[in-house]
Amino acid sequence: METKGFINRLLKRNEIYLLFVIIGLSIMLSIVNPNFLTLENLFDILRSYSFMGILAVGVLVVLLSGGIDISFTANATVAQYVMAYLLVNHLKMNIFLAILIPCVIGVALGGINASLIYFLNAPPIIITISTLNVYFGVLQFVSGGKWLYNFPVWFRNFPKVSVIHLVNPEGIPYGLSILTIIWIVIVVCTFFILRYTTLGRKIYAMGGNTEAAKRSGLNVFQIQMFVYCFMGLLAGVASIIQALLAQTVAPNAIMGRELEVIAAVVLGGASLAGGSGSLVGTLLGVSLIATITNGLTLMRVSSYWQNVFIGLIIIISVSITALQRKAVARRVTAVDVEE
Amino acid sequence: MWKSEKYKIKNWFRNNRELATLPFVLVVVFALMSGLAPSRFLKGSNFQSMAIQLPEVGLFALAMMITLLTGGINLSVITTANLSGIIGALILKTYCTPTDTGTITVLIMVLAIVASLAVSLVLGLINGFLIAHVGVSAILATLGTMTLYDGLGIAITKGYVISDFPKCFLYIGTGTVLGVPVALLVFIVSAYLMSLILARKPFGLSTYMIGSNERATEFSGVNVKGVLMKTYLLSGFLSGIASIIMTSRFNSANAGYGSSYLLVTVLIAVLGGVDPFGGFGKVSGLVMALVILQFISSGLNLLGVTAFVTISLWGTILIMVMGLNNYLEKRRFRTIKKGFSG
Repeated sequence: METKGFINRLLKRNEIYLLFVIIGLSIMLSIVNPNFLTLENLFDILRSYSFMGILAVGVLVVLLSGGIDISFTANATVAQYVMAYLLVNHLKMNIFLAILIPCVIGVALGGINASLIYFLNAPPIIITISTLNVYFGVLQFVSGGKWLYNFPVWFRNFPKVSVIHLVNPEGIPYGLSILTIIWIVIVVCTFFILRYTTLGRKIYAMGGNTEAAKRSGLNVFQIQMFVYCFMGLLAGVASIIQALLAQTVAPNAIMGRELEVIAAVVLGGASLAGGSGSLVGTLLGVSLIATITNGLTLMRVSSYWQNVFIGLIIIISVSITALQRKAVARRVTAVDVEE
Repeated sequence: MWKSEKYKIKNWFRNNRELATLPFVLVVVFALMSGLAPSRFLKGSNFQSMAIQLPEVGLFALAMMITLLTGGINLSVITTANLSGIIGALILKTYCTPTDTGTITVLIMVLAIVASLAVSLVLGLINGFLIAHVGVSAILATLGTMTLYDGLGIAITKGYVISDFPKCFLYIGTGTVLGVPVALLVFIVSAYLMSLILARKPFGLSTYMIGSNERATEFSGVNVKGVLMKTYLLSGFLSGIASIIMTSRFNSANAGYGSSYLLVTVLIAVLGGVDPFGGFGKVSGLVMALVILQFISSGLNLLGVTAFVTISLWGTILIMVMGLNNYLEKRRFRTIKKGFSG
């Protein structure tokens, strides 16, 4: 009885269907290419998706509060470019400044977003589309679209640091990258904030019903400020990671990926209306997109057809979730009528 | 008599806040641009080139607007257009050479146009089906189809550009009738028809109602699924029209054209007073926003300012309009309060 109740409760969660889709895909992929289900490939995916994963955590927090942020890619681009410019042109930069500067810029730009949203009393989507254009336009103008490379040696070596050291059958060493560790730390911290602090509960409350939250005395401005600054902070961190992975910084490298990240989060069950969503779901959403992209590469699908498959899989998985939600709603209605 | 007239005007301004502030912004921008570059901005050739650039973005903005009104969004407007454009271009390329003229060429051109529009309708139908019948949220459904349509376009063209079409086809994007560009006429007719549909037809009213409260609309007997299907069909169709103009103007079709337009269409719609959460917005506001942005980008282009400054200026203007609206709203509340205490 106990287990049956547990399974029933589990089946009611959106995340579980996403997990099924991922497992099904993984089985298919590992039949076609046994390389898919190796620890090495897993570590590789975790490394290359830490950038998107960190951004997704920030987007989740914003969505939970009932807001939305489109500008985080521009935010990250500005933070990254300033860091890269200083790294290339000022040799006195050390690792602490390289981390601190993008974070501070990210938080500041996030703060601008929050202030505009609060003081102009405008929908977050409009403000952040505007600031996306402003941040990106100004950066492109100032930088002239110039690419930056030739980073200091320590910056080039940093992403090679890994924690668990293993050797694959061909004798090439691999391990869990430090970049993945940063992602994990961020996820754990966010989990703690959302679950165990008053601030975290306030974010959920505000997303559930802003008016009710306001009337029960919550300081909406304060919460919004935290949420958008947190998004900015994570955009800053993610931008460092992207620079570490790519080792070249272009003012348009991150642009245009905002919808992909938001999709991953919404795919993971977060509501665009606010108040509901979970970190587990977000991680699963990112995993799904990572699995598809990585799987297609491993299956040697012609790059011309990649988007067709990615599109189809997104459509199928969101359809399954939607149909499942509908089925639950129907069951609930039926019970109501019987009683 | 006069008093009631005055009240009516005041009331209209209250109910059409955007329509009241936008002409003001329009005049300021026009004056500014004319002042900064009087010799070049106020030239006929500048207006001619603006009139050729504007319809494409305008049609995309209309395609976006209709879905925003229902509280949805259509992220696939651009890729729908690219895919339909590619199909049309393939037909033109297979049956014609660039130097062909005569009745048969015209017939093939008509066939290509019909095929493009048919493809855009099918793509719109897929969006509508996913959103209305499967129940996927619009942003996710169209994000999926955006990627899918883009992928199909790339798979068909293998990333290449299809170019060089017969002259009669190029006339649509670059030709003029009595000095007015054909593309502009197409846009004006589309915008006019859409404003008529939205204001006069039951379908139009239903889109606004769904955007305000989908549940209540359903309970009041409106066929919500049917209206949503039609909404995304119409959105796809408008993208299809845009695709013909785009293919003709560029004299080529490709999977990657116009990708930077996507957020710009949302920006135009919202600047024009369309509520991004649905329920409110008028075609007239959208057209004014479109013209404002075109003045800015053409004016700055004439001044030799890079496109990126233009982009950030668009963002700034949107923020300023939101601020102005907020100020007017607050002042209105203050007046109402005064009325109560007095």
